[in-house]
Amino acid sequence: MGWIGETVDSIKSIKIRQLLTQAVTLGMIVTSALIIWKAMMCVTGTESPVVVVLSGSMEPAFQRGDILFLRMTKDPIRTGEIVVFKIDGRDIPIVHRVIEVHERKTTGKVDVLTKGDNNDVDDIGLYADGQMWLHRHHIMGRAVGFLPYVGWVTIIMTEKPIIKYLLIGAMGLLVITSKD
Amino acid sequence: MHSLDYRANALLIFSVTALAFICAIPSFSDKFSNQNPSAEIQILNINRFKKQSYGNDEVSLTLDITADLQSLFTWNTKQVFAFVAAEYETPKNSLNQVSLWDVIIPDKEHAKFRIQTSNKYRFIDQGHNLRGKEFNLTLHWHVMPKTGKMFADKIVMPGYSLPDAYK
Repeated sequence: MGWIGETVDSIKSIKIRQLLTQAVTLGMIVTSALIIWKAMMCVTGTESPVVVVLSGSMEPAFQRGDILFLRMTKDPIRTGEIVVFKIDGRDIPIVHRVIEVHERKTTGKVDVLTKGDNNDVDDIGLYADGQMWLHRHHIMGRAVGFLPYVGWVTIIMTEKPIIKYLLIGAMGLLVITSKD
Repeated sequence: MHSLDYRANALLIFSVTALAFICAIPSFSDKFSNQNPSAEIQILNINRFKKQSYGNDEVSLTLDITADLQSLFTWNTKQVFAFVAAEYETPKNSLNQVSLWDVIIPDKEHAKFRIQTSNKYRFIDQGHNLRGKEFNLTLHWHVMPKTGKMFADKIVMPGYSLPDAYK
């Protein structure tokens, strides 16, 4: 009966080591993705270096599902720039173009008005109640480049969370069953 | 080493890298394009010039805009967004930029044009500083590529001014 105990022990020990290795590998993959994301945040100077276009308000230039690369520098905000901003109290970033700028002589602060290229009216209706202008702290970055269609993955995963869970489940399954 | 998931993984990584590379090349080729756009703007008429009930000045004018932006189009250009802005200084603001008119130019054929139009967007000051005000009219353009880096530039035309009295 001794050798049964031995085999059981040896099986148990192999499994644990394998499991630990796989857990560490998974952890490494997740943390390297995080490191890359944080590094991008440092390089581009904005807390969201990449955003997905969610609405059609900037068509035909940017369609829903495109991704935009953002960059934020200390340069003053000027008309014509495509900026990404968040309204106080709302989560969703909006990508529109600056159509009016008023910069104070004394403080250097700016009042900014934006409008989507494809919209008929400016964004006053989007701002918070009583707010007439955007200020620098609302603006997260300027769009400097773009890639078409790539953002659809994010949109699908946000709007149909089932797919997100399916994907994560499938990836988890792959990791567990892979024989390394 | 030859299992399905290794192969699928390798294929995925390779195709994503290749696609990214392919998208970067046309953007890079845009650097070598020769660009010489030109433009001219005339103010045909000041239609209205008054002080609003809240005390801000408002102007309505008719512009005659001639421009040739054909040299901005490359094979990687999706569209060119052009707009005209008035720039001026006031005692309180070191810079005011107000967009008066814009257009989306989808292709090279539409990039050479002459148009007479009143201002699409309202020209309202923060205050009542516009009487006799001298200002620049700038034609800005923003080139949006099919993929890659966007770039923008402008032509500044100084020397315009508003009348000394309300109309």
